[in-house]
Amino acid sequence: MSAIKAHKVLVLSVVAFVSAISGASAASAQSESGDVLIRGAKVYTVTSRGVLDSADVLVRGGRIAAIASSGESLQTPAGTKVFEAKGRPLTPGIFAGLTHIGVEEISAESSTVDANLDFKSPGWDQKWRPEFDVTLAYNPRSAVIPVARIEGLTWTMLAPGSGDSIFAGQGGAVAFGGTLEQGSRAVLDGSRSLFVKLGSEAEKVSGGSRAAAYMLLDQAIGEARASGPSGQDALLHTGGRTVLARYLSGGRVVFEVERAADILEVLAFAERNHIKPVISGGSEAWLVASALSRAHAPVILNSLQDLPTDLDRLSARLDNAARLQRAGVLIAFSNGDTHNARNVRQLAGNAVAHGLPWEAALAALTANPAEIFGQGAVRGRIEKGQVADLVLWSGDPLEVTSAADQVWIGGRAMEMRSRQTELRDRYLHRSAAR
Amino acid sequence: MSKLPLALMSAVLTSCATLPPSGQASASAAPAPAPHSAKTSRDPFSSTYQAAASPATLIRGATVLTGTGTRLDGGDVLIVNGRIEAVGKDLHAPEGATVIDAAGRWVTPGIIDIHSHLGVYPSPGLKGLQDGNELTNPVTANVWAEHSIWPQDPGFETALEGGVTTLEILPGSGNLIGGRSVVVKNVHATTYQAMKFPGAQQGLKMACGENPKRVYGSKGQAPSTLMGDVAGYRQAFADAQDYKRQWEKYDREQAEYQKKKDGAGSDGGDKKATPPSPPKRDLKLDTLADVLKGDIRVQMHCYRGDQMATMLDVADEFGFKIVAFHHAVEAYKVADLLASKGVCAAMWADWWGFKVEAYDGIQENIAIVDAPAGSCAMLHSDSEDGIQRLNQEAAKAMSRGVRAGLDIPPERAIRWLTINPAKALGLDDRIGALEPGKNADVVIWNRNPFSVYALADEVFIDGTVAFNRAHPPQKPPSDFMLGQPNAEELP
Repeated sequence: MSAIKAHKVLVLSVVAFVSAISGASAASAQSESGDVLIRGAKVYTVTSRGVLDSADVLVRGGRIAAIASSGESLQTPAGTKVFEAKGRPLTPGIFAGLTHIGVEEISAESSTVDANLDFKSPGWDQKWRPEFDVTLAYNPRSAVIPVARIEGLTWTMLAPGSGDSIFAGQGGAVAFGGTLEQGSRAVLDGSRSLFVKLGSEAEKVSGGSRAAAYMLLDQAIGEARASGPSGQDALLHTGGRTVLARYLSGGRVVFEVERAADILEVLAFAERNHIKPVISGGSEAWLVASALSRAHAPVILNSLQDLPTDLDRLSARLDNAARLQRAGVLIAFSNGDTHNARNVRQLAGNAVAHGLPWEAALAALTANPAEIFGQGAVRGRIEKGQVADLVLWSGDPLEVTSAADQVWIGGRAMEMRSRQTELRDRYLHRSAAR
Repeated sequence: MSKLPLALMSAVLTSCATLPPSGQASASAAPAPAPHSAKTSRDPFSSTYQAAASPATLIRGATVLTGTGTRLDGGDVLIVNGRIEAVGKDLHAPEGATVIDAAGRWVTPGIIDIHSHLGVYPSPGLKGLQDGNELTNPVTANVWAEHSIWPQDPGFETALEGGVTTLEILPGSGNLIGGRSVVVKNVHATTYQAMKFPGAQQGLKMACGENPKRVYGSKGQAPSTLMGDVAGYRQAFADAQDYKRQWEKYDREQAEYQKKKDGAGSDGGDKKATPPSPPKRDLKLDTLADVLKGDIRVQMHCYRGDQMATMLDVADEFGFKIVAFHHAVEAYKVADLLASKGVCAAMWADWWGFKVEAYDGIQENIAIVDAPAGSCAMLHSDSEDGIQRLNQEAAKAMSRGVRAGLDIPPERAIRWLTINPAKALGLDDRIGALEPGKNADVVIWNRNPFSVYALADEVFIDGTVAFNRAHPPQKPPSDFMLGQPNAEELP
């Protein structure tokens, strides 16, 4: 069993290595076919244009071609399909957060979960695998995707889960447009990131002390920077050295870390090693907001975290998001939940209830995560030239009683059905007979 | 992603429901009926809760959801001596009463969470505090969740800020029969006895499905299958029937002996009568026998609709009642059956997919279960996070139902958090509604509570202000949080 597993992992890592050096990753052309005019929407541009009442958005070839506020007229090519928004809110597609959507079907069924690399051995007693690339397991036909998509989620960052290593591996962003591509053909250009887990979990992976995590990280970085063959007792294989080396020249590394002091240590570590850090978790980030702001380190947080789930989170507070935003830190929301990633809007709404400006909360679901993961030029805003990932809402997009009425990805109207709506319709009608 | 876990793991591994009912009206400890003649006459671990004296309070001009399906716009709620005195319009404030202007705000009964593990799986999740599930035997009817409660769990305070005034704390779900649950008031106290809801019946936590078979099957023990699960419940209750008969026989013999000894007539009685020997007391079977007698209510973790139907048959076979199915992800598939049997279902708004028995979860579950006449739909948390926002969870479930074409106004949906769980706890004569004579457990919301932006402004328990957002506690109520570094922003 374990031999088979090890073999499988070896094959995976070779593929990852090849795709990593080829560097070719392009969003599929298949999603670039939509032409539509969305007429009379309340458009939340998430740009300096702000909110446009009763505006028209023209989509051509899957991209936003023009936006006309009320009174302005739009040249609409003959034959363009028109969708009447009737004043409803239109936002950019919502970022699902750091999830396993498409790599985890049923959490407790390990045969359906490809999100983690876990050799079941201590981190100091194995080869580390930064070359592990979770996106190669991405299944665009996952039943989880429509469940997320019909709630207005249009893309996610596939994040490898924590196994038994400090390096979880590499992830990348994917859009839920419904093509069959996976791996580098599905991963959005410029989104690939390395994931590192630090903090109190270190006991499981670094020999009982979070300090040892840095010791081992320094060792791995030394190996990645060194030339020549790796030794018998090296932490990294050749492929791992190559991949890690790429991240050591301004690459994006997502550090899962909660405690204020650990966040400062990560910032210092990142600076020392020429890494672009992203903080994930960050329950105590508000305590070091100034330092995060100075380091231009964004924070991806769960704004509902207010309990000392462990001693790394003693100072967790509901206004973490508001305080970070006020200090100039770029924030994005993630509940880390694959099946209920759709509740990410609830994080934003609660952050508003605890002091975050409404517009900033919407940006933390759209434009900010796009910035963080290298997508700012193409998604996250309603602006000419951006990919037409759009959501029309029944009401306030941050309100729990609102729902997505229509979702477009790459300009294509998504079918608003999922396995769950099928189940609903079967049993709703059945009980209607009573 | 892998963060899910605290909540999810607790769903996968620990959660389940149990529940207690019933109530005495007195705020002093009300002894439960002594189950067997052999037991002590005093109820052990009885409540020491005492409601504090509180001034009369008039909440004026609010949108009032009474909890029983009624909405009153511009309504007043009058609290006197810890009870609801009146609900209506233009109520007169008694002399000395505190008057709260609640124009533009909403008032509901205190929220009841029928499924919580606060205190038994507290924050922080340190190993030394993980006391929620006695995973050493598939049947641990002898354990009581209350003996595991750590009253310093900071989660009680954050739940209070979310309007939760009463909660049932249950053992986890790794066993077929996990032990007794307890109902507590959400008041800060040094001992759990001082939180314990006076006179509330205990519940029995039972669990269907995957958790018990995974926990024990993985150790090579029974149960390892669903049929093993069912065999386990049946054997346990067959043993309980036998045990109950032994005690009934003993009670009869004891009565005969007493009669003989005291003398039936005037001749002074039989001095040579031999007293019967009582059967050996068994704490597991004590609990199950109390279930058979209806003194403890069964609250059962069960995800799948077909498994609920199986368990209703098991209950019929042995003559006990399942009060509610908890985590009833598929209750919508058997909504009519549950309503016709008078069984409640406690549900999440949208949890699904974390294991195969949760794969068919839908967001309209609660609304569909709520629809039939005689239904009893409830929203539960099973989570230290979810319990802080049960109003938002209800808002989600309500709006999904409305979107599916069902008519669910807020005054109906609030029942899922108030009167329905009160019924399932057997406490609907005391809590769960804003009606004269009921305990004054009241929440004033800053706006319509069915909103992500809603916050509880004030929370009353038995007429006393337990939380006031305008005047939050200067020090954390939890001893654990007291004196922890909580510095302001660092440079």
